Amino acid sequence: MLKIKNLHASVEGNEILRGLNLEVKPGEVHAIMGPNGSGKSTLASVLAGNEDYEVTEGAVDFEGKDLLDLGTEDRAREGLFLAFQYPVEIPGVSNINFLRAALNEIRKYHGEEPYSASEFLKRVKEKSALVELDGKLANRSVNEGFSGGEKKRNEIFQMAMLEPKLAILDETDSGLDIDALKVVAQGVNAMRSPNRSFVVITHYQRLLDYIVPDVVHVLYKGRIVKSGPKELALELEAKGYDWIKEEVTA
Amino acid sequence: MAYEGDEILEEVTRKEYEFGWITDIESDKAPPGLSEEIIRFISAKKNEPLWMLEWRLDAYRQWTEMKEPNWAHVDYQKPDYQSISYYSAPKQKKQLDSLDEVDPELRRTMDRLGISTEEQKRLSGVAVDFVMDSVSVATSFKEKLGELGIIFCSMSEAIQSHPELVKKYLGSVVPKNDNFFAALNSAVFTDGSFCYIPKGVRCPMELSTYFRINEAGTGQFERTLVVADKGSYCSYLEGCTAPQRDENQLHAAVVELIALDDAEIKYSTVQNWYPGDENGKGGVFNFVTKRGLCEKNAKISWTQVETGSAITWKYPSCILKGDNSVGEFYSVAVTNNRQQADTGTKMIHIGKNTHSTIISKGISAGKSQNSYRGLVQINKTAQNARNFSQCDSLLMTDRCGAHTFPYIEIKNSTAKVEHEATTSKIGEDQIFYCLQRGLDEEKAISLIVNGYAKEVLNKLPMEFAVEAQKLLAISLEGSVG
Ligand SMILES: Nc1ncnc2c1ncn2[C@@H]1O[C@H](COP(=O)(O)OP(=O)(O)OP(=O)(O)O)[C@@H](O)[C@H]1O
Ligand SMILES: [Mg+2]
Repeated sequence: MLKIKNLHASVEGNEILRGLNLEVKPGEVHAIMGPNGSGKSTLASVLAGNEDYEVTEGAVDFEGKDLLDLGTEDRAREGLFLAFQYPVEIPGVSNINFLRAALNEIRKYHGEEPYSASEFLKRVKEKSALVELDGKLANRSVNEGFSGGEKKRNEIFQMAMLEPKLAILDETDSGLDIDALKVVAQGVNAMRSPNRSFVVITHYQRLLDYIVPDVVHVLYKGRIVKSGPKELALELEAKGYDWIKEEVTA
Repeated sequence: MAYEGDEILEEVTRKEYEFGWITDIESDKAPPGLSEEIIRFISAKKNEPLWMLEWRLDAYRQWTEMKEPNWAHVDYQKPDYQSISYYSAPKQKKQLDSLDEVDPELRRTMDRLGISTEEQKRLSGVAVDFVMDSVSVATSFKEKLGELGIIFCSMSEAIQSHPELVKKYLGSVVPKNDNFFAALNSAVFTDGSFCYIPKGVRCPMELSTYFRINEAGTGQFERTLVVADKGSYCSYLEGCTAPQRDENQLHAAVVELIALDDAEIKYSTVQNWYPGDENGKGGVFNFVTKRGLCEKNAKISWTQVETGSAITWKYPSCILKGDNSVGEFYSVAVTNNRQQADTGTKMIHIGKNTHSTIISKGISAGKSQNSYRGLVQINKTAQNARNFSQCDSLLMTDRCGAHTFPYIEIKNSTAKVEHEATTSKIGEDQIFYCLQRGLDEEKAISLIVNGYAKEVLNKLPMEFAVEAQKLLAISLEGSVG
């Protein structure tokens, strides 16, 4: 699904990713943890194609394609989805119209007919039920005036609508109350399938109680410095990152 | 020489006699220049009654004493008024009974404007009065309107068949000497639209006129007069587009709206004159005077989407004369490349309990300059007047400019006036968000911009709103930076 080799990326001259390696196989869920500022969101942005970040070295293969060679929109159309840590507001653009435009654009890319209004609305109903998104939010402007938790839930709703192959969730759990967390996790779990993968960026082991990962990675100073089974998350929760930092510098 | 100007004028006039064209009433085009003789020629061409000719001549005399305004936040080479031809008739001569008889060339133009007439007729029941250059060439739905007593015809026709209405209302809201461009228009206007809705009648369809400039070097001086009699209602649509031109083309229209007691007029415009090339070469100069008068309990709404013209100078205004009258102004003005727009509104509160709302959304791209200029004037007599103004500016690049000039004059202490203004740059994070969802950059910008302008676009009649959205997208293609 995704194969990252020796990825280096910098922003404004500062190298943030410094030789990152990661392989995600179809159907797998990978959790990425790591201290603040270690480069987790940077990784997500680079994979999504944000031009603020310059890739200076390395390669990324996505489903047999050179990901770095594709524009942002084509990466999305190929099935890469990023649930943003900070979803932006787009005033005056209804969530529904936004998603309809996006979905049809993706379908067009794959040579498929656009959805009819009724097909589309059926899907909206189904998916908004999945993440228990208030029907009113679906009709409001994209994220405008949404609470922090509502924005996160809306990201998962969009993910459900677009059915990506690979979804990167950047701290989708932060700002969610316990119930919302469960709902979001349910949404993700319902979408798990042998040919869909997830990269879940989080600070809290709690999320991983609900979305059980196949692998947990620790990202530190722009590199994956430790990988392990889901128990690694528990260990991190208990011990913090100092022991890992020591291992790295040792 | 102190009287150099006069001498030139005289010489020009003399030349005209020399060539003897003035007697050539068959001529399709007036030679360049403006003089009393030219005005007589226009009036004669149009077979106008004497009072109309005198009205024009009076306007012309006043115009010669006026100076072109300098105060708009725009910079341009002032047109040479003596090099413009003030009259041009389309090639086609025959009187038409139906749209089917329209010259195929004209039909093609209409198609390019996206207004296949058949479709318009079938789908939306819009009566289209199509103005090519200065003469109306096609009018439809007239009979249906006629049954209701609604008069919707070209201005020339109105002067012939409804002189009492024209005499009464022409120049009653925009006096001949109101401003330089209005005076010029009053002197030389060749055509435009006239509309009268009788007492208590609700016009069942959108009244629509499409204008375009055809011949290079031909100025356009439309004159529009809409009179809504007591308790009546109408919605009027005006759309413009112009083909590419190398020379600057002057467009100085005058629109007058009169809403008598309890009447309502909605006037919507999508303006897409040729804006000139990337370097600002060519393009239309759009100097328009639009004003409406509200009597008791009347309401006038101006909605405009301005994407075209090299220069736009335009302030659709409302005189809220009657008690409880309402004025509204909703505007989206887009400027790109070297375009300059200085647009806004004036709300003049005279009657008691008069309300006005101003929503202005400026969008600047490229190296363009976009200014909002608005006046809210509350007169002494305007007890309990209310105004709400919101002026937002969206910048697409770091090289463009947005300016807001709100003027507020309050002479009555019971007035309540609110003004809000914002300026923001289009968010790269917004664009990235859209791209990440699979939209391309053009779509992304179009979505974001249309969202920003939604409050105004929502005020447009359906078929116009769709067209306007397309226009916004087209005029901002590749404009982020
Ligand atoms: N656009 C940018 N301009 C300048 N510095 C940046 C930019 N984006 C990221 N950085 C820097 O790169 C480093 C990594 O940031 P990143 O957001 O990837 O961290 P993170 O691991 O997601 O942290 P957190 O857990 O706090 O979300 C930080 O030092 C940050 O300040
Ligand atoms: Mg982060």
